[in-house]
Amino acid sequence: MRRRLQALILALSIPLSFTGPAVAEALFQEVVVADPYLELHTGPGRGYPVFHVVERGSSVEILKRRTDWFKVRTEDRREGWVARRQMLATLQPTGELTRLSDGTLEQFAEHRWEVGIMAGDFDGASVIAGYGAWLFNQSLQVELGFEHVLGEFSNSYVGTAGITHIFVPEWPVSPLASLGTGIISIEPQTTLGQPEDRSDQVAYAGLGVRIYVTRRFMARIEYRSYMLFTSRDDNEEIDEWKYGFAFFF
Amino acid sequence: MEVRIRLFLLSRPLAAAAALLSAGVLAGCASAPEDVDVPASEAEAARIIEPEIERREIKVPKIDHENFEVGAFAGILSIEDFGSNSVYGVRFAYHIAEDLFVEAAVGRTEAGLTSFEQLSGNLRLLENRDFTYYNVSFGYNFLPGEIFLGRNYAFNSSLYVIGGVGSTRFNSEDNFTFNLGIGARILATDWLAIHLDARDHVFATDLLGRDKATNNLEGHLGFTFFF
Repeated sequence: MRRRLQALILALSIPLSFTGPAVAEALFQEVVVADPYLELHTGPGRGYPVFHVVERGSSVEILKRRTDWFKVRTEDRREGWVARRQMLATLQPTGELTRLSDGTLEQFAEHRWEVGIMAGDFDGASVIAGYGAWLFNQSLQVELGFEHVLGEFSNSYVGTAGITHIFVPEWPVSPLASLGTGIISIEPQTTLGQPEDRSDQVAYAGLGVRIYVTRRFMARIEYRSYMLFTSRDDNEEIDEWKYGFAFFF
Repeated sequence: MEVRIRLFLLSRPLAAAAALLSAGVLAGCASAPEDVDVPASEAEAARIIEPEIERREIKVPKIDHENFEVGAFAGILSIEDFGSNSVYGVRFAYHIAEDLFVEAAVGRTEAGLTSFEQLSGNLRLLENRDFTYYNVSFGYNFLPGEIFLGRNYAFNSSLYVIGGVGSTRFNSEDNFTFNLGIGARILATDWLAIHLDARDHVFATDLLGRDKATNNLEGHLGFTFFF
């Protein structure tokens, strides 16, 4: 009797199963709860309260992700946020454990793109810098940088292009060396009677350290020695120290 | 009873095929017990149906990440010694973790008159009264909670403290600027947030004769989209 009922239910559920999961599957990833239960929070953070639990064996759709939180929809159309730790204990429809793409130390060693922001000291003046890098192999990257130097007597903008060598890319802390060239544009402050704006070519050589912090995030400390090729008789040498952070993709 | 089930299934080959399909995919093992004790000849009969079942290729859809936030704001900025004026700007943020984010913002306002300028008539201290700033800051979310609107609505919210460095261009001069503030983010929906922000922009200037650190307080209301 029970089996007949099962068969009947299955037969009846065919039209539902064609319209339901078949359509949803194309849009969202579906996972099956393997832990005793999955906790649904009202928001993407541990401080937001749990308002619903999904039992083992039920499936949920993953709608989106924000940092380490996943917005899911249950079979009865409830939506809530689940922590990454619990998401990792769910199964794919194939029965495999769910794997999530996260920044890891391995990915850090093999990343392709990098964007960073730094601040520091440029010959006694404050400097704010941004850079973007493309890695054509693990240990060599092309970098484009832009710096804003805020001095007491002048402001400068520096645009640079260079190459950075990472000595040991697979280490979480690796030394690096850089070499490049660019242009500096110096504007004197208006309150002082100084010579007008000038642009000079620069070249730099640097040493630094990059440190893997977590996920897609790294810190970077760099020293650069700049050479300004001025239109005057003598060239100018400038020391720069910068500290900052970067993301990798 | 098993015979009846088999008959039931066989009499509806299409239904049986679909039932096997959905049973196989959805329940995994739900149909397994029925196959166990089927004699060889009948199993062959059942297999006639099988070739119609195509193996489904399971392609796992990518999960949509929503860690970026972009938006605009408007409010009031009080420039030390130069009065208060409306300020507006744009902000862009990247959420690193549930507690931590980085934000880049650009804002613009105009300096009013100092009390000296107001009293002296036509005298003007500045040639260019534009005040623009940009900054890069770290924010830390704390006190997550909900804001209730009447009986039916609850919105997720959180407070954040934020601070960073940047530059302020005032009187055609760039000044290295620290900023420090506190804000509230209220999520109207999962992807739309309302910000209420109070910020202090601190920089040193000698505009009024001697070097001093100025505090320029800003209060603004903004909205952002997560994407």
